Amino acid sequence: MTLESPVQIAFLAAGGVAHESARLVPNASDLPALILVPLIVGVFLVPLLGLLRRRLAYVTTLLILATYAALALTGLRTVLDGSAIHYRMAGWTPPLGIELALDPLSAFVMVTIAVIGLLVTIYAGAAVRRETPEREVAFFALMVVMLLGLSGMVMTADLFNLYVFFEVSSLSGYALMAVGHRKAVVSAYRYLLLGTIGASFYLLGVGFLYVLTGSLNMADVAARLGDLAGNPALSVSLVFMVLGLGLKMALFPLHIWLPDAYTYASSTSTAIIAPVMTKVSAYVLIRMLYFVYGADWSLSELGVGPVVAWLAMGGVVWGSVMALAQQDAKRMLAYSSVAQVGYIGLGLATGHPLALTGAILHILNHAMMKSTLFLVTGSVELSGGSRRLGDWKGLGRRMPLTFVGFTLAALAMVGIPPTSGFFSKWYLALGLADSGQWALLVLLILSGLLTAGYFFRVLERVYAREPREGAVQPAGEATAAMNLPVIALGAGTLLLGLFNAWFVGRVIAQALPAGLNLPGVS
Amino acid sequence: MEWLHLLVRHWAYALTVLLILIGLHGMLLKRNLLKKLIGMNIFQGAIILFFIVHAYKDGASVPIWSKALGEHAERYMNPVPHGLMLTAIVVSVATTGVALALLSLIHKRYGTLEEDELLTALRADREEV
Repeated sequence: MTLESPVQIAFLAAGGVAHESARLVPNASDLPALILVPLIVGVFLVPLLGLLRRRLAYVTTLLILATYAALALTGLRTVLDGSAIHYRMAGWTPPLGIELALDPLSAFVMVTIAVIGLLVTIYAGAAVRRETPEREVAFFALMVVMLLGLSGMVMTADLFNLYVFFEVSSLSGYALMAVGHRKAVVSAYRYLLLGTIGASFYLLGVGFLYVLTGSLNMADVAARLGDLAGNPALSVSLVFMVLGLGLKMALFPLHIWLPDAYTYASSTSTAIIAPVMTKVSAYVLIRMLYFVYGADWSLSELGVGPVVAWLAMGGVVWGSVMALAQQDAKRMLAYSSVAQVGYIGLGLATGHPLALTGAILHILNHAMMKSTLFLVTGSVELSGGSRRLGDWKGLGRRMPLTFVGFTLAALAMVGIPPTSGFFSKWYLALGLADSGQWALLVLLILSGLLTAGYFFRVLERVYAREPREGAVQPAGEATAAMNLPVIALGAGTLLLGLFNAWFVGRVIAQALPAGLNLPGVS
Repeated sequence: MEWLHLLVRHWAYALTVLLILIGLHGMLLKRNLLKKLIGMNIFQGAIILFFIVHAYKDGASVPIWSKALGEHAERYMNPVPHGLMLTAIVVSVATTGVALALLSLIHKRYGTLEEDELLTALRADREEV
């Protein structure tokens, strides 16, 4: 086959051509590969253009992520009828070849990554120059690599390919985490050690599955597992997977790397890593439990469900209590992340369609809320303020716009209707009630009070108190480029709450695995 | 005595388990950050061995088609795990690279890689918060 046009060469770069009949113009069936193309191009383009002129790195990243977001949204719209697009890399048929699969669930998570990535980039354009001067190009390049790794994890239908993307995103994540406070290198190193254990456990799980089935394609493995139920090796592989992914998604008590890593990393790094990294690991766990192993066997028969559910609940309570005790805004948010990931773990472990809906909805919700909150702490710090919550008194008047975003996100965290945070917990509660898990339900409601405790404590200081004598105060409102993403994400949580019924019926209901259907939605 | 029989027959797997344990021990219990990294390398190496041991067959040939062996798949080694592990080795090298870069930064900033001394230095480091 000869290469005739730049389009074709670009396609080859993405491993895209070599279909039996190589098409010059890509169409909807190429979407799984097409969505990744801007990121792959960006990985090279951002550092190269950044060498030319530093500011170009930011502009290129912005353009690339905008293209990526547009393609991801197109992808989501294409598969919303519940269909899936399967793409064979370089034309090799699975199970031998690597398959990319865009189904409603992966498209949904992809859109979450793209939207957060794009909005944080807008913010980063103003913030990174001041937070990590001279290192902008590296920052943007690493961010694109990380987003590529995460998107690859979401898109791939091959177990080993997933591991590779897993490490691509992790390695760039460690580097991003090491930027910031002086202590960040130590916390990033600890994160690297534990993250590598997590990824290696995942790889061991894949190894057991490969030994059992001789296949690495998710659908193919799932089909071959039918006769293997009860095989101890299968249980071992599942345990390794849950441990490995639990480490990466900071499932209690495997969350120990998270508070330090989030506290010391620069605010922009945290604002991009905290919302998406743990969520994508949660997505992979959903993929494994529901689509590869099958929920009936893994959650109920083997008993992984109750264990993960109670650990997740432990994380919710522990994270909330620890958040209540913090005086540093970023550390409080980091512990709150442990708690919020607990909600996702709880939802995916219950195995009830309503609870799983809550978990999937919470992936997007928490990504938006946590990204807003971390961006606000960054805004406060970059405008000359401090991260100490004691110094936040009266900030609501000094930075009114910034704190509109913060307030919306905090209300969503607490779960005040009509913000979106209310609905994900509502679905969780409905699912728990419907499956008769009363103890967990009571704890879920009580944990809401704890969340209210640590966020209202902040809101009260910000709005109802006068600044303390000698407190470190920001000079004034953050710049427009920093406020835009904050307000947009805050408004997003409100809009998602208002149009929640439409969103869940239209998007999340399609993303549920076959066999799990929401009552009232076909 | 059945377990002993099993151990002798599958000694290679037992070795990988041992290596995994040594690696994890190094990563979690050693007090020196560089030794933790060495533990990580042993741990990753053990997983690579696990895949390779699985691909091994007694009396089989390298996975290159030859006339003498014909198209009998069972007479060739399984090439897939080897291919996978080549990638895993690359990943492991890259991880080591990032870890070493972080270690050199830690050493530059705090002058030590011993965890106890590092903890003292971290506590004394009151920059910002």
